[in-house]
Amino acid sequence: MLIDWNNFTPWSALAGGGLIGLVAALLFLGFGRIAGISGILGSLLREQSAEAGWRLAFLCGLLLAPGLWAAVAPDGLPLHTHTVDAPGGWAVLVAAGLLVGFGTRLANGCTSGHGVCGLARFSRRSLVAVLCFMGSGMATVFVSRHVIGA
Amino acid sequence: MALLISLLLGLTFGVGLILAGMTDPAKVLAFLDVAGNWDPSLALVMGGAIGVAAPAYALARRRRTSWLGTPVPAAVPAAIDSPLLVGSIIFGIGWGLSGFCPGPALVGLGAAYQPATAFVIAMVFGMEAYEWLLVARGNQFKVQSGEA
Repeated sequence: MLIDWNNFTPWSALAGGGLIGLVAALLFLGFGRIAGISGILGSLLREQSAEAGWRLAFLCGLLLAPGLWAAVAPDGLPLHTHTVDAPGGWAVLVAAGLLVGFGTRLANGCTSGHGVCGLARFSRRSLVAVLCFMGSGMATVFVSRHVIGA
Repeated sequence: MALLISLLLGLTFGVGLILAGMTDPAKVLAFLDVAGNWDPSLALVMGGAIGVAAPAYALARRRRTSWLGTPVPAAVPAAIDSPLLVGSIIFGIGWGLSGFCPGPALVGLGAAYQPATAFVIAMVFGMEAYEWLLVARGNQFKVQSGEA
């Protein structure tokens, strides 16, 4: 294992994580709700309930975040280092989206719901989920970069 | 008022994801690439988030109602079942193929970032596919304890 010190960004990672944790904390203390993005989006797709309002508002906030960032940060958005140039790249992207949508609903949570909220509650279920998706994510990158792409 | 607060919380969450580097799929893939040039930053994102959220959850455990008066759901000791394992593994494969998970993909959609937009459309179809399967299987996958 080689650590990529040039791209390692510990302070912004901790600060960004802190903001995410702060929102998870306020959403739970203030509303009694879990800040799980796949759950918030998936529940909106499933049914019209009294919960739809805050979920929709929360997702709108997510969508507006890049606008706020672009207005304040001088260097623009850190989004565009990854470009899809090969036509096959789009097919992989669509397949990935289908897998993430289906998998997160089946597992009842994603990186935020299990990875942040679940682990912060010391949930054994979430710990198992995180080990599974980290493990399969790392295995997938290993195969795509070092077996197929080698 | 609650809606405005939710909007601001979503906005803060999104800014946190951008600041953390989660919205850059290349950075996420560099974290997952433990056999290559490994960028451990995202472990600190998770660590920072848990470090802030864990005391709040511990505090909330002693309360019955939230600040808004709604009930605080008790931690339900749900079973570790096959939907959890299979779903998480499927999610991880998609995450490793793209470098997107749901939150950062939505932020990317908000920036009209085309790869994120394509990903989110497919993700919504994937979520719908789950709903169809749920109905077809007689709701046997449905977990009562809510998200996470």
